[in-house]
Amino acid sequence: MLKQTEGSHAVAEAVALCRPEVICAYPISPQTHIVEGIGEMVKSGELTDCEFLNVESEFAAMSVAIGSSAAGARTYTATASQGLLFMVEAVFNASGLGLPIVMTVANRAIGAPINIWNDHSDSLSQRDCGWIQLFAETNQEALDLHIQAFKLAEEVSLPVMVCMDGFILTHAYERVDMPTQAQVDAYLPPYEPRQVLDPAEPVSMGAMVGPEAFMEVRYLAHAKQMHALELIPQLGDEFKKVFGRDSGGLIRSYSIDDAETVVVAMGSILGTIKDVVDEMRADGEKIGVLGITSFRPFPITAIREALKNAKRVVVLEKSLAVGRGGILASDVRKALRKQPVDVFTVIAGLGGRAITKKSLHALFLKLALETEESLTFLDLDWGVVNRQLERERQTRRSGPAAENMLRDIGTVASKIA
Amino acid sequence: MSLQPVKFYQTGTFTVGNRLLAPEERSVQANMERTNSLNSGHRACQGCGEALGARYAIDAAMIASQGQLVAANATGCLEVFSTPYPETSWQIPWIHSLFGNAAAVATGIAAAIKVKKAKGQGGDVRVVAQGGDGGTTDIGFGCLSGMFERNDDVLYICYDNGGYMNTGVQRSSATPPAARTATTMPVGPEPGNAFGQGKFVPAIAMAHEIPYVATATVADLRDLEYKVKKAMTFRGARYIQILVPCPLGWGAASHDTIRLSRLAKETGTFPVFEAEYGEITSSSKIRRLLPVEEYLKPQKRFAHLFGKTPAIDTIARLQAIADKNIRRYQMLDKEAN
Ligand SMILES: Cc1ncc(C[n+]2csc(CCOP(=O)(O)OP(=O)(O)O)c2C)c(N)n1
Ligand code: SF4
Ligand SMILES: [Mg+2]
Repeated sequence: MLKQTEGSHAVAEAVALCRPEVICAYPISPQTHIVEGIGEMVKSGELTDCEFLNVESEFAAMSVAIGSSAAGARTYTATASQGLLFMVEAVFNASGLGLPIVMTVANRAIGAPINIWNDHSDSLSQRDCGWIQLFAETNQEALDLHIQAFKLAEEVSLPVMVCMDGFILTHAYERVDMPTQAQVDAYLPPYEPRQVLDPAEPVSMGAMVGPEAFMEVRYLAHAKQMHALELIPQLGDEFKKVFGRDSGGLIRSYSIDDAETVVVAMGSILGTIKDVVDEMRADGEKIGVLGITSFRPFPITAIREALKNAKRVVVLEKSLAVGRGGILASDVRKALRKQPVDVFTVIAGLGGRAITKKSLHALFLKLALETEESLTFLDLDWGVVNRQLERERQTRRSGPAAENMLRDIGTVASKIA
Repeated sequence: MSLQPVKFYQTGTFTVGNRLLAPEERSVQANMERTNSLNSGHRACQGCGEALGARYAIDAAMIASQGQLVAANATGCLEVFSTPYPETSWQIPWIHSLFGNAAAVATGIAAAIKVKKAKGQGGDVRVVAQGGDGGTTDIGFGCLSGMFERNDDVLYICYDNGGYMNTGVQRSSATPPAARTATTMPVGPEPGNAFGQGKFVPAIAMAHEIPYVATATVADLRDLEYKVKKAMTFRGARYIQILVPCPLGWGAASHDTIRLSRLAKETGTFPVFEAEYGEITSSSKIRRLLPVEEYLKPQKRFAHLFGKTPAIDTIARLQAIADKNIRRYQMLDKEAN
């Protein structure tokens, strides 16, 4: 059914259609509307056979999720940013135990300085935690990916994060096609756990494992993610059969067949990039876009194949590996290591900095002329940076850097170049 | 003819002669149906109070739940000595997740069980969480308090040996003042653990007004079994803290585990009581009041108090703490005074 609704609400409805049995949550912007929505459905009786728990921290939220999933219940939670970091020990534990929990990450920057706006630092900080990570481009895809996520998680016995851009998607009202319960039931069978805490067949879970088997256990986790590489496209195909639309998959390309420059990105920024690509195509530029839906497992082969004709690859990412450069760019570089292609890294949109068509257009034109791989911070205000560096050169007690820079800017409005 | 009360106690011990009791009154451990939930063959040290306490507590919970029990365990000695595969000692469904989240994991299990039951897909399975004092009073305290506050249907059992034993005997917030640990060495002007404000989690649990709170020691195992069974008659959050001597960490003889547990109570150092909905309902009385020295002396962790010049002031402060316990928890029988 077509409806105009908020991204968070669309996700809440989609999760409810998946017949979750235990949901636990701790509030953090911009995740709040999702769990508020489901909480209300449980409390009002609209969503039955489901326990909704308001817990005292994200660490508890993930721990409750571990317990309920281990006891055989289909389990969901959602978080963002500081919340994701607060639960990290349990995040690794959930994947280590092989529990198919589904969690929405409403992507948001990580402090300090504290910042509630969107970037991908939170989920990318967890790139090696053993969870599958899927990135949604639109609210429709966010909704669809949640339905696929439960199926994928339960098929491979691994937890799945569905990442959607905070505010940009979570708080945007867009038209979505909401599936029916019958469609979701046809797609998603009831959860059949591989392992369950059951008095009829007692098992010990989470036992100490020493050097004699630890490597093998870890390898198996990797092998399961490699299996997910095959499953994700299949689940996308099955999804299309039931729901009649393309959603999910490992990667998604746009105008790349003859493209010399291909921009690689994840999440909602893909829409803006496609608009810029259309503009530049109209001017005769051979440019295209490759969106990565599955960040973990990282689809190296699919990316290599998609970029085999590209002469120049621009990885535009909303994250920063401080002291190194790009996180996504490093992974893409690895996929292209045998190809004669330059990979340019662009760090953009940190902490919600707007990424405009104008800036992207100028950037892509500029990079088309460059011959050395480079690292660009899109729309960085060098004046502000240099003033602070100068202050630090002049004065030992130069004070807190972030606050100095804010004072120099003298405005609290969002920064649009 | 006046009634002659029958005493089941053997001289000098609290061990009840099961032979003299009707079968239904015998201890769980004397029951042919006992489940050996924590089976033999685990790797605890000789005389480990925690192993003893866990065996009695979980077997009692198993009887009380007709075998329908799941356990969540915090990291710590109990988890480490009981699980290395293929020798897991647990005969019940058991999960270890992390050091600080046993209470929350148990909450999750209880939630899943509730839904499954409502759907007609599962029976009335009960949940226990268990951890050491470190996993309970320190790192797991947030999750524990959350579980209490929500009144989740979980029995949490804390095995209190007064320190982080699994990592080599470091101080926890349950370590007694003056005790030597690896991080509170008996050196400097105030040797051993500092006198802080204390953190007696049973009292904090009572402040949450949860249905049932109790303390016990491994000296009185009938009392321990009784309290676990009693706890299982309640729904909602329940908490039992069991004093479990650790021969290794306390520097005590393996054969003194029971004696030290008894002395902890008989000196007033560890109050043994029950509370319901925030109010004390019973407290175990001291039979023969003893000075705290009797409890401290057999333990090397307090040896620095009894050198050439005994630390009279420090001992007096420990005695004052015990005296306060005796008053607050009414550990003395009025008639006995
Ligand atoms: C987050 C975290 N911090 C520290 C540890 C190390 N650690 C494991 S067990 C333990 C001590 C356990 O003490 P306690 O809970 O009192 O149990 P005991 O071993 O004394 O029975 C510590 C510090 C850990 N496993 N996880
Ligand atoms: S160190 Fe202490 S608590 Fe740990 S197994 Fe040995 S006696 Fe038991
Ligand atoms: Mg301990």
